[in-house]
Amino acid sequence: MSSEVVPPSTLLPDVSSSPRALRSYLHGLPGVDAVGLEARAAALGTRSIKTTAKAYAIDLAISMIDLTTLEGADTAGKVRALCAKGVRPDPADRSVPPVAAICVYGDMVAVAKEAVAAAGGTDVHVAAVATAFPSGRAARSVKLADTAEAVAAGADEIDMVIDRGAFLSGRYLDVFEEIQAVKAACTREDGSRAHLKVIFENGELSTYDNIRRCSWLAMLAGADFIKTSTGKVGVNATPANTLVMLEAVRDFRRATGVQIGVKPAGGIRTAKDAVKYLVMVNETLGDDWLSPEWFRFGASSLLNDLLMQRQKLSTGRYSGPDYVTVD
Amino acid sequence: MAHQKFAYAPAPESRAIVDLAPSYGLFIDGEFAEAADGRVFKSVSPSSEEVLAEVARAGEADVDRAVRAARKAFGTWSALPGAERGKYLFRIARILQERSRELAVLESLDNGKPIRETRDVDLPLVAAHFFYYAGWADKLAYAGYGPDPRPLGVAGQVIPWNFPLLMLAWKIAPALAAGNTVVLKPAETTPLSALFFADVCRQAGLPRGVVNILTGYGDAGAALVAHEGVDKVAFTGSTEVGKAIARTVAGTGKKVTLELGGKAANIVFDDAPIDQAVEGIVNGIFFNQGHVCCAGSRLLVQESVQDEVLDALKRRMETLRVGDPLDKNTDIGAINSAEQLARITALAEAGEAEGAERWAPACELPESGYWFAPTLFTGVTQAHRIAREEIFGPVLSVLTFRTPAEAVEKANNTPYGLSAGIWTEKGSRILSMASKLRAGVVWANTFNKFDPTSPFGGYKESGYGREGGRHGLEAYLAAADVPAGGRGHGEGEGDR
Repeated sequence: MSSEVVPPSTLLPDVSSSPRALRSYLHGLPGVDAVGLEARAAALGTRSIKTTAKAYAIDLAISMIDLTTLEGADTAGKVRALCAKGVRPDPADRSVPPVAAICVYGDMVAVAKEAVAAAGGTDVHVAAVATAFPSGRAARSVKLADTAEAVAAGADEIDMVIDRGAFLSGRYLDVFEEIQAVKAACTREDGSRAHLKVIFENGELSTYDNIRRCSWLAMLAGADFIKTSTGKVGVNATPANTLVMLEAVRDFRRATGVQIGVKPAGGIRTAKDAVKYLVMVNETLGDDWLSPEWFRFGASSLLNDLLMQRQKLSTGRYSGPDYVTVD
Repeated sequence: MAHQKFAYAPAPESRAIVDLAPSYGLFIDGEFAEAADGRVFKSVSPSSEEVLAEVARAGEADVDRAVRAARKAFGTWSALPGAERGKYLFRIARILQERSRELAVLESLDNGKPIRETRDVDLPLVAAHFFYYAGWADKLAYAGYGPDPRPLGVAGQVIPWNFPLLMLAWKIAPALAAGNTVVLKPAETTPLSALFFADVCRQAGLPRGVVNILTGYGDAGAALVAHEGVDKVAFTGSTEVGKAIARTVAGTGKKVTLELGGKAANIVFDDAPIDQAVEGIVNGIFFNQGHVCCAGSRLLVQESVQDEVLDALKRRMETLRVGDPLDKNTDIGAINSAEQLARITALAEAGEAEGAERWAPACELPESGYWFAPTLFTGVTQAHRIAREEIFGPVLSVLTFRTPAEAVEKANNTPYGLSAGIWTEKGSRILSMASKLRAGVVWANTFNKFDPTSPFGGYKESGYGREGGRHGLEAYLAAADVPAGGRGHGEGEGDR
């Protein structure tokens, strides 16, 4: 989608010219006051979303889900079932939109592509986690091969992890160059390119200042999306750490004209939580980001709660877990 | 906001929880009673101009009766062991929590402030004040005012309309904890929550006469302050009225605390956390429609980040939701009265006439009621009226500075000195600025944060005395060597 756009790194050419230049730039970004940030995120969480607004938000949230299974126990059967569900989340109600993408490990991409197509999900993408997900601890050649194989197998989107060790030790340019290299590996034979999401693992970056710096680093290096977390550590997406990233993409577009997407992932399980995130997007970024093209939820159990809330809204009563499909 | 994809549906809080009577009397000596001369006035909802209830209008005779009742109650109340007084206060605090939704809705109806604020700020703080001072009641000997500090006697308290129930709590909780009895006059535009508080006192079994509530106008307040049976005067409101009170009580030996106006500087340095500073600016001036004596009404922004901050501030102001105070998504409610609206309007017009540039986001204001869009003025200088006079509305004046020294100079260049804000990521700068700012409260990287444990009060024309915290007890205590009931009218034997 943005492959024809000028890479942002060429818009701010001096920033990545040396480790020192990149470091100065990132450390020159305004700081984040943790207390104020968390208070703002909490205040937005008190919005009361009712009736028509709730119906809109629930359908929008469903359409933004990267329906995910990332387990050692994943099998072709499990992935096929997830694909069928993603394409038609509520078998009893055709008005429910499909999810945005199915997110799997690289070795499941081919199965997922086939299953999505079989279910008739022409608009549902297949996303693969890559680059030695979730730890990112592997040689760069391995990470690039991991990426290239997933792309060759048909992945529409690649969710890479950054090298947190490099980031935390201050080797920002290494992280920057790795993102650029992975982005290059996303290019297909026909010249088109898989969409690149860059996962920070906010729980390991630990401070909001780091999350803001990492956001700019990833955006400058060419990320299409920035993503909070893998879902595999203690702290994943939180309203506050996602808000920092929303502010970053807002400011980045203002500085460069380039729009970047945001994907909170891990720990968002209820419709109520999802609506709170959408309120944050609405009041921080506005209409331009309120579509699956620019905002995603990385989630697995969230979909069923959204479906139950949707049924409640249309029928006036709660159905219960037996009336939505298990994954 | 007009063509948003994600438009919030109305989310009104139900007002059914508030059982409003058509009329209310004065609360004197544990009973509701009509005014001696039978006069009444109406309390209207500022968001709709609907009449909410008719309320008795206290006159001099009522003031006298209430002060006598308080005097009579003082003997027994002050003689109670502190722990027993504490029990009553704890009970009041719990009842306030239990009835918080009802009181929040009532306050939003009568005052016009958004339910989000009454629910999340006013009522929790009201209860917190009673809990906090309840804890002091049996520990007064350890408050730092001598081994056996005594109450003063009868406190005459006059409060404003901007935080009706919260200002009541600030006044009544420390007074009762220290063993005083009170006669309180709420503002004429917001009398209802104080009358509901009277009901809370009855529910808590508070002895008769310990708390008396007189609804009425300025004449009743003046009579209360001047009454010779009053030992202590506490006032929150305008500097003009505060000065009049100081003149009235001069030479009488009444102890006085005054919490008056402000024109706070909110100072943003170039190394500030910009996004949070913008939230702090918005919260500083648009919280409670700017009807806040400590509002950050002067933004002092360092010239090097002026454009960045103003762009972000304007973008943020465009998301503010102005409208029905009972809608749970409303950020800015109604202006409290037609009179206040006229004052804000006049000052904003003066700002334009004096050459400042006016800006407000596009927002639709309701047809009925009193409304003023959140507004900011740029190009404001120290010489402009909007930089000097308290507007007490959602109007921000933006000034710039180049150096920390200039920021201090401009911030202090005001007859007021109630509060100030500093925004910087540099800790040493916070400390050096805070020590130079002549303001009773200095917030660092936040604004409009209140807590019962923290003293609050001003310098210069912002008044004297402190409310809140251990310091707030001083206003209601005499050290052991000063005779209680200070001016010799008996130690509360109810002889008046």
